[in-house]
Amino acid sequence: MENLVEIRGLKVEATTDSGRRLNIIKGVDLDIAPGEIVALIGESGSGKTTIALTLMGYTRPGCQISGGSIHVAGKDMVTLSERQRASIRGREISYVPQSAAAAFNPTKRIIDQVVEVTHIHKLMPSAEARQKAISLFRALSLPDPEQIGDRYPHQVSGGQLQRLAAAMALISDPQLVIFDEPTTALDVTTQIEVLRAFKSVMKKSGIAGVYVSHDLAVVAQIADRILVLRNGEVQEVGSTEAILNHAAHPYTRELLSAFEPKPRGDNLDAVPEAKPLLEINALTAGYGPIQADGLPLVRAVQEASITVQTGRNLGIIGESGCGKSTLARSIAGILPASSGKLALDGRQLAPSARQRSHEQLRELQIVFQHADTALNPAKSIEDILGRPLTFYHGMKGSARSTRIDQLLDMVHLPKTLRSRTPAELSGGQKQRVNFARALAAEPKIILCDEITSALDTVVAAAIIDLLKELQRELSLSYIFISHDLSVVEAICDEIVVMYRGQKVEQITAAISRIPQHPYSQLLFSSVPKLDPNWLDSLERDPELVKTYAHA
Amino acid sequence: MTLSTPLSSKFSYSFSWVGMIGLAIIVFWAVIALAAPHIIPYPIGEIVDEDYFGPMSSKLLFGSDYLGRDMLSRLMMGARYTVGISLAAVCIACFSGTALGMAAAVIGGWFDTVLSRFLDALNSIPSKLSGLVVAAAIGSSINVLIVMLAVIYTPGAYRFARALAVNVNTMDYITVARTRGESILYIIFSEILPNIMGPLLADFGIRFVFITLLLSGLSFLGLGVQPPYADWGALVHENISGLPFGAPAVIVPSLAIASLTISVNLLIDNLPKKIRDRSA
Repeated sequence: MENLVEIRGLKVEATTDSGRRLNIIKGVDLDIAPGEIVALIGESGSGKTTIALTLMGYTRPGCQISGGSIHVAGKDMVTLSERQRASIRGREISYVPQSAAAAFNPTKRIIDQVVEVTHIHKLMPSAEARQKAISLFRALSLPDPEQIGDRYPHQVSGGQLQRLAAAMALISDPQLVIFDEPTTALDVTTQIEVLRAFKSVMKKSGIAGVYVSHDLAVVAQIADRILVLRNGEVQEVGSTEAILNHAAHPYTRELLSAFEPKPRGDNLDAVPEAKPLLEINALTAGYGPIQADGLPLVRAVQEASITVQTGRNLGIIGESGCGKSTLARSIAGILPASSGKLALDGRQLAPSARQRSHEQLRELQIVFQHADTALNPAKSIEDILGRPLTFYHGMKGSARSTRIDQLLDMVHLPKTLRSRTPAELSGGQKQRVNFARALAAEPKIILCDEITSALDTVVAAAIIDLLKELQRELSLSYIFISHDLSVVEAICDEIVVMYRGQKVEQITAAISRIPQHPYSQLLFSSVPKLDPNWLDSLERDPELVKTYAHA
Repeated sequence: MTLSTPLSSKFSYSFSWVGMIGLAIIVFWAVIALAAPHIIPYPIGEIVDEDYFGPMSSKLLFGSDYLGRDMLSRLMMGARYTVGISLAAVCIACFSGTALGMAAAVIGGWFDTVLSRFLDALNSIPSKLSGLVVAAAIGSSINVLIVMLAVIYTPGAYRFARALAVNVNTMDYITVARTRGESILYIIFSEILPNIMGPLLADFGIRFVFITLLLSGLSFLGLGVQPPYADWGALVHENISGLPFGAPAVIVPSLAIASLTISVNLLIDNLPKKIRDRSA
């Protein structure tokens, strides 16, 4: 059978601000048969999105296709004029972006945006387009398909919006749909619904797809073939089955091994006497004006009581909006708790960081999710790491300089990075610096707020290993906040599950891995597994899903 | 892209030709202003031409003014007032505006509200009008002019700095600094200021242009620098009757104002950019 897409020797180059040319895609071949879904997988910077975009003849500003051919349905997207490409885009090839929330215009009704493509290409009359959109909404199992289009983008949930973006891409009956990390921004419980909807629609309509993702488990559910990319080169191509079970290339194996659950090796006996380090008692925190009962209007965290033992780690998981980050912020004193008590090492902690003593601030450090915004872009790595040393320990000159070297060494970064600014570091390196800054204070407990969620699987696994290693050396305790269960399981002794601001369950990983609370059960069962049949065989209690998932 | 050139491989900044031309003209006027008393061909008060509004000649390079004085000398000395007063005023306005703006963004609360409303009120008075009123009420010495121009342009600088600082203030690294227990002064000057320096410099340039133009306008109306001294605006004013004769005395100072303000704009639109790709 004739292939729908044939990419031969594709090369894309980028021009940097110093005028240097850089090959970002170095000769990639790709075939897609009609109705086949091919996944492009790789870490950030591997060129997966760049390749997907070239299928529409598009490159991002500063980039250009410098060689090769891209035949889609017989037409070479490289040699076509911009006008000819425009007539193909949206009609024959369409695109589902990563963040549907950013892709929808907030001032227009959803249905008008979904049918817009049919107006641009004059495909069908308005009324017919609306009918088609509604049938697509139904096929994507959106609630209330007749009326949902009349809403504005902010009136539907993230998972619904992502499916609506898919409807927008499918309305013109394209031959090829490009999915660019469409479920990355979603909670696991929501992700399942979206994946199921995508899978059934694609299968029914026989449309070919390109699925860009960094998550092997997600890709395993939906793709027929997988293309593993790194640094703009194809590492390995094969059927999903073959890649998952008989990966030949070392990089693919590395990707797969980052997925294997790595439970904490050390047992509880390793810690001689666990005494409470951080005690949180009936903490309530939130936002908005203070009500008559002395509590804020919106209570993001309600009456949470948690204890962290010396040298032990606590994981807090839950979907977005469950209050886990708010809890971290009130522990750190950024958002003062409105009621409840906090005690560190037996001493009372004031609700606000401003009222805490120098020593208390030093002992409890927080590491944020986005190293991009947590490191001052105007400062060098040396200054960033040196400040807590001067501030807490009064270090100066060569003592400070030696300590900075030690800190860089601890997080496995070369000393040559000292004089660089954060913008000159990779994502993983930035997160290491971010963590080293917390270490510089020599704290007793470190609050890690989603510190691996912005990183690629392989890089995140390395960070987790680093955290474990440092814990052994420095007898630290972590509070690890994440929506990713596998990350939390890998490092934490105890797991607290939060839902709607409340602690629903506390699981001690060493004793029992089986959650009791229905929400925890739903959450634990929603984590994608590498098994390609996982999604199809997954059975979820519809009542449970209705109560807890907001897809 | 084609206009840019790396300044040096070590510092890796790219600086476009347009920006360099702007900088060259600014440096030129700054040198003239500094060296004027030593290089003027004739004393500025001396009548050297028998005719008034004399044409350009080898003896009088820019012709003579309405009294027959040497225009070149007067223009060079005028640069001292135009550049000096504007620079002093813009420094005061930008320093106080930026410091208050960053403090308002970091401290927030009532401090921010009261200060913002007060400076908004000040900002709502048309700048020329308040200049006229002040000059008419307490006369116009050079010190009064500097303070007046600074006060008129402080609210704008405040608004600009506050808007920038509010954005930076929400960044995680500010939160990290706060939870570390840092003082407000440290947060303002060490964490926020380096990140908003670029836009602030651009604002400094724009404000310098505004002040130069306002000063020239006031001088043109006879309320700025008083005779026998004259800045460029006053030079245009006193020689305006030469316009029907096409006298260089009225055209040259106008061109001087234009060249300075345009070159400042060219420079701030084309400030050197740091090259992030260092492996080149």
